[in-house]
Amino acid sequence: MDILLNSGSTLVIIAAVVGLFMAWGIGANDVANAMGTSVGSKALTIKQAIIIAMVFEFAGAYLAGGEVTSTIRKGIIDASFFIDSPELLVFGMISALFAAATWLLIASALGWPVSTTHSIVGAIVGFAAMGVSVDAVTWSKVGGIVGSWVITPLISGVIAFLIFNSAQKLIFDTDKPLQQAKRWVPLYMFLAGFVLALVTIKKGLKHLDLHIGNAEGFIYAIVTAIIVALIGKVFINRIQFDESAALKTHYANVEKVFALLMIVTACAMAFAHGSNDVANAIGPLAAVVSIVDNGGQIAAKSTIAWWILPLGGFGIVAGLAIFGHKVIATIGTGITHLTPSRGFAAELAAACTVVISSGAGLPISTTQTLVGAVLGVGMARGIAAINLGVVRNIVVSWVITLPVGAGLSIMFFWMMKGIFA
Amino acid sequence: MARNSILGVFAKSPIKPLEKHIRLVVKCSNQLIPFFTACHEQNWSEAAKIRRKISKLEQDADALKRQLRLELPGGLFMPVDRADLLELLTQQDKIANRSKDIAGRVLGRKLEIPTKLQEQFSVYLARCIEATEKAAEAINELDDLLETGFSGREVALVENMINQLDEIEDDTDLIQIALRKDLLALENDLNPVDVMFLYQIIDWVGDLADLAERVGARLEILLARK
Repeated sequence: MDILLNSGSTLVIIAAVVGLFMAWGIGANDVANAMGTSVGSKALTIKQAIIIAMVFEFAGAYLAGGEVTSTIRKGIIDASFFIDSPELLVFGMISALFAAATWLLIASALGWPVSTTHSIVGAIVGFAAMGVSVDAVTWSKVGGIVGSWVITPLISGVIAFLIFNSAQKLIFDTDKPLQQAKRWVPLYMFLAGFVLALVTIKKGLKHLDLHIGNAEGFIYAIVTAIIVALIGKVFINRIQFDESAALKTHYANVEKVFALLMIVTACAMAFAHGSNDVANAIGPLAAVVSIVDNGGQIAAKSTIAWWILPLGGFGIVAGLAIFGHKVIATIGTGITHLTPSRGFAAELAAACTVVISSGAGLPISTTQTLVGAVLGVGMARGIAAINLGVVRNIVVSWVITLPVGAGLSIMFFWMMKGIFA
Repeated sequence: MARNSILGVFAKSPIKPLEKHIRLVVKCSNQLIPFFTACHEQNWSEAAKIRRKISKLEQDADALKRQLRLELPGGLFMPVDRADLLELLTQQDKIANRSKDIAGRVLGRKLEIPTKLQEQFSVYLARCIEATEKAAEAINELDDLLETGFSGREVALVENMINQLDEIEDDTDLIQIALRKDLLALENDLNPVDVMFLYQIIDWVGDLADLAERVGARLEILLARK
């Protein structure tokens, strides 16, 4: 217990530095996946993608990242095991951060597609189960989280399938696809705006002490969505259509309208990613801060310190600015055979799924949700060729990450115990 | 780092290369028209030049075919069946091969189309090549088919094209029968060995339309699956 009083601030600083580094890593590496489809389908330039990612990752982290952060902070571990020795929880959370950051670093260097979510959850479960007691883990909660990792790609796949098919029915399989696109694309913009606004208002703004009622929340969300759709409509009317392109390929001009829609879904994707993945970096930090601030008391009710969410958001943006440019550029130069009308369906489905999970406090993997959505569009016969080998790699990396994260975190946990206790 | 990204999931689309392949093939078969004109004018050096061009185009098509096959490993998840796609490619390629055979055989023997058959033969050749062009037109709809998820109006449009292709092929059969009959009438005045080869050339030119029809049929199968 003394250790928390004597070197509490040192521990907070360590946790903050590693958390910031982790957020930086997420920004540098993980964001590329969230923005990849937009850049790959040429709906956005690299520069535009970076700017959108900076603004909306931060907004997502700050406005809607609270619930998932709480889950990482106190949902996975049964706090009652640590009442007598809160320092163990502090050590554990810092170890988990170290473990996840190390694994992210190794995987990035080797080019493996790992999920930061899986590594942090694996790490927290690891130190608690092996370092303290198997019962120190709230297994029911962990079961729910792991279950969500299977279900969310599935759900986003189904949503993507439906969205893609609706676009086919409403726009592509009609006499005048261009007119239909102009008419219906704002509706999809509305949908994206509505889901994001609703989750933010319902779940995200709690920590800002804004109390908005149910009906009011709905109205605000609808108003926001209408504004998004109207702005989209204005831009659609300003697109220059190429008459000669219309003769060569029917759908070239239609895709231009979808490219505009993809800017909206890219914003949604960045927002969703920020809201879910920021917790991986700052959830453990929030736990450490709350214990130290309360002088060793593990307060179940305490809110997240005000500076933590912005710190995570800042870390992600910094990672993007310093390193993410390179990563996204690598993606942008690769040739992808992905048109905006497919990319939008996948992105919209993934963004909605992720942001709803964020609202529900479930830490999920953005990349896997997006892969699920892509497969959904593929099932609707929308994508020329999907590399199942790569999909398999992503799934394998997900399975491997759990034990590796756990192992690393146990190692760091014993090291920290040796140093401080 | 690219492997680390979601974009690794998207494999190279076989559709653009497939369209490019049939364009090459049709360009190759199209050369038969100036080729036979040169032969008719007994301008053999020009004919040889065109034959080389045909051969070159056929090689290019072959190279593209091989590349496409290499880029289509198993384990790709596609809206169309991989085996169907490869079969379609094989059929497309046969048109170029047959064009090369025709040019080679005619030039090798300096085979002349009898003047009396010349006009009818030109019509026949043009109609057969029209069939290959129609096939190419249908194949070139594949990217639009992808846009519409291989369903709806676009499928109806392509099916209509395939029907037109069948009509053209029927037409070439009729011309071929007439051409054979007229050749039969001339047989006694011609070198018997030449006559043998004339029948073969008529057959082979007809093959162009047959193969084009088969490309259409493969495309139809491709669309019908799933």
